[in-house]
Amino acid sequence: MTVADSGGRTAGAAGGGIDWLFAAAVAAVAGTFVRAIWFTPLEALQGAAQKIFYVHAPSAWCAFLAFGVVALGGVLYLWLRDERLDLVAESSAEVGVVFTTTVLITGPLWGKPIWGTWWSWDARLTLTLFLWFIFLGYLVLRGAIEDRGLRARYSSILGILGAMLIPFIHLSVYLFRTLHPMPILMKPSHPSLPSDMLATLLLSFASFTLLYAALLRARYRLAMVRWAAAGGRP
Amino acid sequence: MAPDVLAAAWLIARKDLAIEFRTRSAFLSALVFALLAIVIFYFTWDPSAIPALDLAPGVLWVIFTFSGLLGLHRSFGVEQEERAIDGLLASPVSREAIFLGKALANLVFVLGVQAVAIPAVALFYNVPFGRAAPALAGIAVLAAIGLVSVGTLFSSMLVNTRLAELLLPMLALPFFVPVVMPAAQATARILAGRPGTEVIGWLKLLAAFDIVFALACTLAFPHTIDD
Amino acid sequence: MRPDERTAPVITATGLVRAFGARRAVDGVDLALQAGDCLAVFGPNGAGKTTLLRVLAGLLRPTAGTAAIGGVALPGGAAARAQVGIISHHTMLYGALTGRENVAFAARLHGVRDPDAAAAAALARLQVADRADTPVRSLSRGLQQRVSIARAVVHTPRVVLLDEPYTGLDDTGARALTGMLQSLAAGGATLVLVTHQLAEGLALATHLAVMRDGRFVRQESRAGVDAAAYLVRYRELVTNGA
Repeated sequence: MTVADSGGRTAGAAGGGIDWLFAAAVAAVAGTFVRAIWFTPLEALQGAAQKIFYVHAPSAWCAFLAFGVVALGGVLYLWLRDERLDLVAESSAEVGVVFTTTVLITGPLWGKPIWGTWWSWDARLTLTLFLWFIFLGYLVLRGAIEDRGLRARYSSILGILGAMLIPFIHLSVYLFRTLHPMPILMKPSHPSLPSDMLATLLLSFASFTLLYAALLRARYRLAMVRWAAAGGRP
Repeated sequence: MAPDVLAAAWLIARKDLAIEFRTRSAFLSALVFALLAIVIFYFTWDPSAIPALDLAPGVLWVIFTFSGLLGLHRSFGVEQEERAIDGLLASPVSREAIFLGKALANLVFVLGVQAVAIPAVALFYNVPFGRAAPALAGIAVLAAIGLVSVGTLFSSMLVNTRLAELLLPMLALPFFVPVVMPAAQATARILAGRPGTEVIGWLKLLAAFDIVFALACTLAFPHTIDD
Repeated sequence: MRPDERTAPVITATGLVRAFGARRAVDGVDLALQAGDCLAVFGPNGAGKTTLLRVLAGLLRPTAGTAAIGGVALPGGAAARAQVGIISHHTMLYGALTGRENVAFAARLHGVRDPDAAAAAALARLQVADRADTPVRSLSRGLQQRVSIARAVVHTPRVVLLDEPYTGLDDTGARALTGMLQSLAAGGATLVLVTHQLAEGLALATHLAVMRDGRFVRQESRAGVDAAAYLVRYRELVTNGA
């Protein structure tokens, strides 16, 4: 049984042929880790703990990217009423939860040796915590509704409202003091990271984004299989 | 001629309030819950170590959200009993009017609870609200608008689901953060006599949230209710 | 009534479809009803009769095909819904409010000019005026149903959609309902009546239809149809596996 994915390429059923995108993503991430651990200099102040940054930062990027896809999927679903858009949103939410959890785990792991506390209510980490709650709420809501059409509509609304909520949470938390290290990449001039570290970081962003795309596609395929089995028709 | 949006909303709000007033059980439950929580909180810390003035704003606004949540479920619950919602939906009134009417009734409900809860905090926590009372009332109205906008929409979605009473807090509480935080922070600063410049930022955030989400939820409602 | 009002179809549908995901609850229905017509729709459970009524009432959007109420194409928004009264086996009442309050509320929703008087009149026609001031939840099921019917017709709708309206009605209630429906039809309203009570349906109807699997498998005018023979044919149609 072959399943056509949204890109028009066919792929083997789960268990069949190799998912090349996923393989490439895993290789890229592995390569990034190798580079990060052995070929990137230690940061002067933070030492080895800083290496977590190469997991933490790109995971955060992917988490928010995933939510953006959830919200966009919601908008498009309400407009076009194509159930597959809702399945993309659902897949992105599940993948997004994983990345968000990674951020929430690596954050304290990084913070403890450097700041001495596991949780410091740092502004960005707190925002990510709320993103995690919104993701979970989204998935629990989906689980509570049997009717596919209703589930798709409600999820779309929640995704869109959640995306609108994020800037407000950010502003709320920002009005508190923040302990996050200076945003060394966001300076308009040039990043303060030495070029080796910057290269590793950019590589990690690229490989994690690739991983997100691969996981999204795999999860979406699974959703399509289930949908077809439940009688959905393209 | 069918009533216009505001007239229809008012009509629906009056109907909801008439029903609530007839039974009063939801209002009294929310009220008693708020009072109990206010009292219980008082016993959870050492008053010689932390002055009540420091804790009162937090207690007030946290309880505001939870007692507000209690009242929201009945808003669409009353429509579900005998499919009365079909009667509303089959009438010529617009879906936005239905939402606004329900939200308005919820607003009265929430402000009614606050009208008792705020003096209760002043009483039990020995906090002289006095001069701050008008400002507090204003904050209460702004916070209630935010809470009720999101809460009314979510309760309309969840009335169809299992575990609605558990799901509503789970979904809604993240959305209440930009309501509770500014309300509590502004209240704390006002009570401490801080200059207005420290307060205004929080109030602007709250007002912006209200405007954005009242509008968004009103526009989203037809998508949740129409099939 | 102006000549064009008499002859222009009040309810029309062409290939009307309503799907839920892949399942087509209404799968191609054609209708053309004039003022004063009463269409009785019979059929087994799950045939799509309730869904059809909900689409005509504006509670569900058509998935495909066309339909119009009083010339307003569906989904027609407020303009279409204003012309319709709907009755189902749910009472659509607020239990804590009295019958009078429920019906007056419905009248106000429809913009009826003197809502309280209209409510009193509707309740009187359904012979439930003497119980109009008790909370509806303390009334018997049959009385609740009568209040519900009053609620549906208080704005003298052009179209009345009825989904098993005789459920729970006793003799008095059933006669009051039939009398009310007859006078509505005489006054030019168009009725669509979904019922399992073939006798009542045959008594009121000007047109008959049998619905199965989302479509009308038989549709005909009432004139010239023998009731007893129809009953037999109906059972055949409905129990026949094909």
